[in-house]
Amino acid sequence: MLSRVANSIYWMCRYIERAENVARFIDVNLNLLLDMPAEESKQWSPLIMTTGDQALYEKKEQAYTQEDVIWFLTFDRGYSNSILSCVSAARENARSIREIISSEMWEHLNNFYLELIKEEAIKMAIQEPNRFFKIVKMRSHLFTGLLDSTMSHGEAWNFARIGMMIERTDKTSRILDVKYFMLLPEANLVNTPIDNIQWISVLKSASAFEMYRKEFHRITPTNVANFLIFNKLFPRSIYHCLSKAQDCLHRITGSTNGASTNPAEKRLGRLMADLEYTDIEEVIEAGLHEFLDDLQTKLNQLGGEIGTTFFNIRPLKSSTLSEQ
Amino acid sequence: METFTTYDPEGFYDELVDEKGVPRPGVQLLVDKIESLPKGNLRLRQNEAEALLLKMGITFNVYGQDEGTEKIFPFDLIPRIIANKDWQHIEAGLKQRIFALNEFLQDIYNGKKILKDKIVPENLILSSKTYRKQCEGFTPPKRIWCHVTGTDLIRGADGCFYVLEDNLRCPSGVSYVLENRQVLKRTFPYVFEKSRVRAVDEYPAKLLDMLAYLAPEGVQSPTIGVLTPGIYNSAYFEHSFLSQQMGVELVEGRDLIVADGHVHMLTTKGLKRVDVLYRRIDDDFIDPAVFRPDSLLGVKGLIEVYKAGKLALANAPGTGIADDKVVYAYVPKIIKYYTGEDPILPNVPTYICQDETDRKYVLEHLHELVVKAANESGGYGMLIGPHATESERKIFAEKISADPRNYIAQPTISLSRVPTIVGDHLEGRHVDLRPYVIFGEDIYVQPGGLTRVALKKGSLVVNSSQGGGSKDTWVLSPDQSEEN
Repeated sequence: MLSRVANSIYWMCRYIERAENVARFIDVNLNLLLDMPAEESKQWSPLIMTTGDQALYEKKEQAYTQEDVIWFLTFDRGYSNSILSCVSAARENARSIREIISSEMWEHLNNFYLELIKEEAIKMAIQEPNRFFKIVKMRSHLFTGLLDSTMSHGEAWNFARIGMMIERTDKTSRILDVKYFMLLPEANLVNTPIDNIQWISVLKSASAFEMYRKEFHRITPTNVANFLIFNKLFPRSIYHCLSKAQDCLHRITGSTNGASTNPAEKRLGRLMADLEYTDIEEVIEAGLHEFLDDLQTKLNQLGGEIGTTFFNIRPLKSSTLSEQ
Repeated sequence: METFTTYDPEGFYDELVDEKGVPRPGVQLLVDKIESLPKGNLRLRQNEAEALLLKMGITFNVYGQDEGTEKIFPFDLIPRIIANKDWQHIEAGLKQRIFALNEFLQDIYNGKKILKDKIVPENLILSSKTYRKQCEGFTPPKRIWCHVTGTDLIRGADGCFYVLEDNLRCPSGVSYVLENRQVLKRTFPYVFEKSRVRAVDEYPAKLLDMLAYLAPEGVQSPTIGVLTPGIYNSAYFEHSFLSQQMGVELVEGRDLIVADGHVHMLTTKGLKRVDVLYRRIDDDFIDPAVFRPDSLLGVKGLIEVYKAGKLALANAPGTGIADDKVVYAYVPKIIKYYTGEDPILPNVPTYICQDETDRKYVLEHLHELVVKAANESGGYGMLIGPHATESERKIFAEKISADPRNYIAQPTISLSRVPTIVGDHLEGRHVDLRPYVIFGEDIYVQPGGLTRVALKKGSLVVNSSQGGGSKDTWVLSPDQSEEN
């Protein structure tokens, strides 16, 4: 398929996944507020930290109030990772590949955007935030469902999935990093109800609470990290996402598991091997933050390798192509 | 419901009712349906149809406004209905006209017999902005130049169809024909089925057949693409739609590269050769090595590959000379010259400003004529004499005197009208008709075409950029109209 098309479908899915995660983070935080009596700014600043765009937020001289944070993360067109910016970018990508994706996907995404720019959308986000962010999440789920059930699972679909899985890995690692970093220092709170609520919110931010319960009964920081990094079956764990991305990459190139025919496969293969031969104890001992930081760097490199391998190819010199 | 019972054709030729307001043959079913709707229901259906078009993203971008300004192409639910007898006449006329224009193009770029025989003045052709010297001596694959055309027809007060304009470069709008039909089928399913309307949806398959027919010698299963300027082009929706309907690649200039005497696409698995392109980029922009060197949309070296026979293009470069508005005036003679027949579809009477007698007449009668520049489209560069101000007419008089070669004039023709939803009732609005013709192994005329409607009361300008909209066009099957 065309390199430009592969690039567009990859980014379309990354943006939708990104929008969904922002919606989930806000939603979880809203619920957390109900259980945690504290001053407002303390509850909304961690959310901005999770995005990694704290400097940008503060440059705008906004306070950490619920309304300002929600507006920034949801509707600010000047912020490239706001929900509106993400959905808009996804839609622009979709528009350039309408003939590749199904019309159901396009119509849904188009409608997603058109609803978001309505005056009523802002009103609902402020007045009924729970309802609003639930709708955003459901629209993203619907998009993923349409991707899976209305489009052939060929090369384009595999690029779509890779984009989605890499974005998801990034978001899970980020939420874990920020929360772990934030929560652990308060040693006197360990095992208090407040501490529990905080860790539950970490799990909820990755929609992982219920599935975690089936695996481990008690909430401990190590088990939470273990589950979100190493669980093989949970669809938002880092291991699971990367392994799915690897499957898709192999399907695109036709190489078998364990073999690698290009730099992107090589990079992802190494990353998977690292995860296979590490466990949570080793990670904690070496420092969770360091581990996640390193993972983020490698994810960025992987994104770059995928770009140069598939999206920005330049032709060989014409003499080397000629067989005459 | 204030509909057909109070509808007044106001002395214009109306496509759906006769001068007394009685439905024409084949229209009764539709009238009955609309009359039976509860009050306000027609408006409701109209709103639903518009919402559907917006949701489907069937929008166009408006030039000169912010990027991303999207509008739906306004659409009116009341279809225009054409009787079989009228359609037979149109179809035969278009086939004759397109055949002759293709002969003309082949001759103009090879031999120029028609100029030597003084049927068309030589200086007229050689001075045209759309004459492509680069095409001289070239014969395109299968000797076809104008693969896809959209010819603008109007119906005058006498009930006859006239050709207003030929479009032989990149005529757009056929996607609206197909989408409008989808909407109408959902809105009036019963009437649609019972009226035995001829299908329009084989168009993409016909287009694909034609493109495959052009493939270079020896290429068994050709790689075909639609070449688009990109998502900010006003017709991008159509480019995307057609490539999807045909199941071929949609490519931009930046997706293509010339190497080893072939055009290739950049794909995730390396280079892939392209054999046929349905290009929706103007000649000027298609290859910076041959035409405009500042073009960023095109592909450098593409024309060389084309001339070597390793790539087919539809339409061929150079077809613009045949839709020059001054050349238009000679088309009846062109038809006679190449076919020996009289034209089946007449032209609108046209004054050629280059001709001294005509020019004198035009300058003296500007207040009753429509003046058009030779190479403008989309309703730009036009003067509608009766509606213009004194100073606008003066400006045009000066333009004509300064560059007579570039102008023609025509009497204002009272375009036929079709009932159109205005608020909660129907009013007559002027329409034209653009049928689409595909020239491949044979000549196919899509039964129907785009009916464009001037939505402003009294307006004669149907272009989408100037407040025009569209309607579905129903061509009735033969036996249906015989029964009536």
